[in-house]
This record gives sequence, structure tokens and C-alpha cells, in this order.
Amino acid sequence: MSDMKTNTEDYLRMYRQMVRIRSFEDQANQLYLSAKMPGLTHMYSGEEAVAVGICEALKVTDKITSTHRGHGHCVAKGADFKQMFCELLGKEEGYCRGKGGSMHIADQSNGNLGANAIVGGSMGIATGSALSAKRLGRDDVTVCFFGDGATAQGLMYEVMNMAALWSLPIIYACENNGYSEYTRTDEIAAGSITGRAEAFGIEAFKVDGQNVLAVNELAQKLVARCRKGEGPFFIELETYRYHGHHVGDINREYYRSKDEEKGWHADRDPITNFSKWLISQGIADQDELDSMQVKIKSEATAAVAYALDAHYPDVREVDMHVFAETP
Amino acid sequence: MRQITLSTAVNEAIAEEMRRDETIFLIGEDVAEAGTPFKITSGLVEEFGTDRVIDTPISEPGFMGIAVGAAMTGSRPIVDLMFGDFIFLIMDQLCNQAAKTHYMSGGKLNVPLVLRTNMGATRRSAAQHSQSLHAIVAHIPGLKVAMPSSALEAKGLLKTAIRDNNPVVIFEDKLMYQDKAEVPEGELLIPFGVANVKREGADITLVGTSSMVQVAEKAAEILAAEGISAEVIDPRTIVPLDMDTINTSVRKTSRCIVIDEGHQSFGITSEIASRIMEQSFYYLDGPVVRMGAMDVPIPFSPALEDITVPTPERVVAVARRLMAGEMINAT
Repeated sequence: MSDMKTNTEDYLRMYRQMVRIRSFEDQANQLYLSAKMPGLTHMYSGEEAVAVGICEALKVTDKITSTHRGHGHCVAKGADFKQMFCELLGKEEGYCRGKGGSMHIADQSNGNLGANAIVGGSMGIATGSALSAKRLGRDDVTVCFFGDGATAQGLMYEVMNMAALWSLPIIYACENNGYSEYTRTDEIAAGSITGRAEAFGIEAFKVDGQNVLAVNELAQKLVARCRKGEGPFFIELETYRYHGHHVGDINREYYRSKDEEKGWHADRDPITNFSKWLISQGIADQDELDSMQVKIKSEATAAVAYALDAHYPDVREVDMHVFAETP
Repeated sequence: MRQITLSTAVNEAIAEEMRRDETIFLIGEDVAEAGTPFKITSGLVEEFGTDRVIDTPISEPGFMGIAVGAAMTGSRPIVDLMFGDFIFLIMDQLCNQAAKTHYMSGGKLNVPLVLRTNMGATRRSAAQHSQSLHAIVAHIPGLKVAMPSSALEAKGLLKTAIRDNNPVVIFEDKLMYQDKAEVPEGELLIPFGVANVKREGADITLVGTSSMVQVAEKAAEILAAEGISAEVIDPRTIVPLDMDTINTSVRKTSRCIVIDEGHQSFGITSEIASRIMEQSFYYLDGPVVRMGAMDVPIPFSPALEDITVPTPERVVAVARRLMAGEMINAT
């Protein structure tokens, strides 16, 4: 019975985290549409089961590297709404004091080494984090999140080669949402994506990235094996981004049909499908899930209001943090 | 005092620091048993093992990126980039990642790493193994740049770099690896941003970097025989740059030539000359003259290569004309 209870808590936490990501992104999109947010941002909506399924298998000391589409990873690794919205709006209380913005959010307190605005740019960083852990005798695992588009970057092959040679505790998590910016990935990726990792002798897996339980089950196994020194691993997660490449990519029928989008929303939404499963298993009823959603939405709304009112950094901060202090 | 080569000085600096701090490791191509093509890291793998002296595949962006990530998570990597020319291969990891991480994270993440590489023409290595590319690195905020001019600076600046909490790029002149200089036994740390007045003089200031310090010193000797007293200044680091020492000298002598082995256009010589003109213009009796490498890819033929870089004779010729009040177009 105690196992059941633990699992119930785990399941509900995964559901809550997916809803938190969706709510965060809905608010971020509104901030863009109402011209309250400087710049652009890239929505994670639709891909929630990937970040949550994996990050729920990690400890706070484990590390992740994230991407330009990184809000989901940041929330899933434990970040706080207020500091995230402050960062998106360039406010002093943001995770990076407003200096990074959406594409560079880092949350060191939870092991998030940062989003990266260079496609594939964090693959070296993630692999180096795994090398540090191994060399310094820590049992940290590092997860490198990247999209299918990043599989076209040469850096990936250089660092996977070294990770395999040195048996590093890293999981390369390829979020294959089918589109490489504004181009179908099958037009730019030859052969198989998992086959590329297998060429280095890295065990590679393919999983339904809309199924949070399947993702989490695989991630738990691979994280445990990484801690035993059996890494690296590679996962290709089949998923879908509901929005365009970024929030401004609205008229996108030239590369993606509305029918296709409707199909994913209707049949493969990670939150809807998981809520059905939770109800069917008797873990929660519709009312409980609905009230959880309402509560999270109001938290997100409050965090946005807080961030809109928060201070910009003092202009004297502009040349702070170019260099770190050396005692 | 004992004399050691620049190569030995670098080796000593790495070994001493690795003994002091377990988080330091050395990574790059052929750094272990081979000791690099210049035999600079020989013996280190025997003392520290392959866990800390890590041979990599020929994957410069890969191992540079790995060093950045390791530096962000508690390690202090020393990266060996076999030739300075290969810096173009690692530009994203160096300039978009390492240089910006501390700033982009609002000061929360640090990247304490050292990138050791080299520079310098006249080794008959042609256009892709002879460049001096420090200006390109110095242009990017967040990177410190050191340019040792002898074995003494090579050791003292490297040890300071290893203890710095920022990415530091050190350019060693590959033609100076076997040059000897007096280097004291024991601890040696040379602070960044403190220029060295190598020779005092009253009539003209010669600011030189790396091997161009030797060129400036030789030029000063020739000029002394002609009754022209030249002061020679070695900035030692170009980021940070000690303008106080340079301005003090130029205000005393009223004339200045800046000598550097990077290409002359848009380079270190331009930057230093322009700062002197902004900060000491009313003390000057003539234009500040830049002498850099010619704006051509480094040619292979010795007959061509040797004329691409400043020499003592050419510095002397320019100095004479400056003293005579002539207008100069150095190259």
C-alpha cells in the first residue's frame, strides 16, 4: 500500500508539473501577443511529457542543459514562476537578473545549466558537466536536451564520440517535434537519428514523447544505469510543438497543415491523455484535476502580475558580470 | 638565477597548479604521452595520470565545449589548442558560450578555464598554421587575453590564469618555446593588467606584445647607438590592458610605436594607438604609429613570409622618421 501511495504522489506531481508548463506558456504567449514582453519566445506547449518525464527521474543535484525552447525544462527541473516571468520580462528579480531572457534562462539552484540560443550549442557543456561529475567522484547525471534540428550540428557527433569513449554519465535527449525551425525534419535528416548514436556504441532508445509514464519509466532506468557507470545513453522522444517555431510564427500552413496540428491536439495531448489515465486508475477524479488546473492558472496569473510590476535592473548593472571576481 | 625555456616554464606552471588543485585537468589533442607536437606537456601524464591529462580525438569544438561545461560544474580545465589558427574551429564554444555564460546568468555561473594556444609566423608553416589571432579573442567581452613575452611571463601569467575565475586565453609565440630566460624557483604569479617597463627611455615609447617585445628591445639598442633613447613596454595582458603605464610613458616621451604580430588592420595596434590618442593626445609630438603583420594571409615562401612581420630594422626606420617629424605610413 505504501508503494501505491508514493506512486500516486509521483503521478500527481507529474501531472501538476505538466500543467504548470502549459500554464506558464499560455501566459508567456499572451505577454507576447499583448506586446508586454520584449523580444520573442519559443513555446514548449505540447512537449510537456518530455521535460517532466525526464526531470522527474532526476535529483536536484543532477544537471540539465536546455534549449531556446527551454521554459519546459526550467519548470520541470524545479524553477519558480515569479523568477522565470521576471527573467522573460528583463526584470532584476529574474533568474539571470534580466540579462539572459527567455533563451538563456539558467537556474543553478536546481541544476539547470542554462538554455542556449545556439542550436546544439549546449551539447559540449552537458558532456563537460558529465566529465566533471565522473572526475570529481559525484554521482550526478547530466541530461542534454536538444531538438531534432540540432542533430544536424557537427558538435553533437564530436561530443557523443568522447562521451562513449570515456563512459560519461550523460543522457542525450532528442526532442523530435518533427520540425527544424520552418522545415520538416524528414527533409533535413538522412537515415535514422538513433542510428547516429548507435554508430558510437551508445545504446539508443525511441519513446513516445507524449506519454509521460513511458518517458519517466525509461528515464528512471537510464538514470540509474548512468549512476552505475553504464552511460552514455541516447533517447529520441517523438513529440510535437503546438505553436510555430516561435510565438510570432503564426501563419505556418506553408510548412505545416492545420489538420495535422488538430490531430495532435485531439489525440495525443500529453496532459489530456494522462488525466484520462489518472481517472481510469482511480488516482484522481475530474474535479480534483480541474481544481488543480485552476489553482496553477491563478499562480501563473499572479506571477505574471508580480513580474509586470517588478523593477528593471538599475542601468549601473549593464557592465556588471562581464567578468567573475577572482579572490 | 637559473634559466629555463619557455616550454619548461609552461610545463612547470601546469604541474605546480595541478599539484595544488585536484579540480584542474589538462585536455587536448596529444597532450598525454606525445606531450604535444611542441613537447610542452611531456611528463605530466606520468605524474597525474590519464584521468587528469586527457587526450582527445581531433575534435576542437567538442573538447572546447566539454571544457566549458566542466568549468561550469566545479572543474578548472586547461585546454590545449595545438595551433592558434584552430581557434576559428571553436569560436562558438569560446565566444558564444564561455565568454557570455557569467554575464547571461546574471553572475550565477562561472567558467574558470584556460585556453592555451600559440601564435607567430616565420616558421615556414604557411597560412593556416602561422596566424596571430589574439585580437579576435580580445574583441569579445568576457574573455581575458594574456601574451607572454618570455619564459618568466609564460609561467607567471599561466599560473595567474589558472587561478582566475574567468575564461582566459593565452597566446604563446611558437617560435619562442626553446628561448631561455631567468625564472626563479618556487611560486611565481604575475598579475593581469600590469604592464612591464622593459627598458626606460626618454625620446620614444615602443609598446610591443609577445615576441614583438624582443623586436622592440633590439630596435631600442640600435636606436641607443644613434643617440635615440627608446622606452620599451610589454603590456603582458591585452585584456585587461594597463593603459596607465602606457600613458605615463607616452606623456614622457611624446612619441609612440605600437608593435604586434596580429594583422595591422582592426588589430591590437589600432586599439592601443587609438586609446593613446584619446587619452594622451595633447602630450604627443607626432602620430602614434601602428606596426602589425601585413594584411595578407601568411605566405609559405621564406622570401615572402619574412617581410610580413615587423623586424627591429623596420621599427628603427620608422622611429628615425618619427624623431625627424616626418609623416608615417608604416606599412
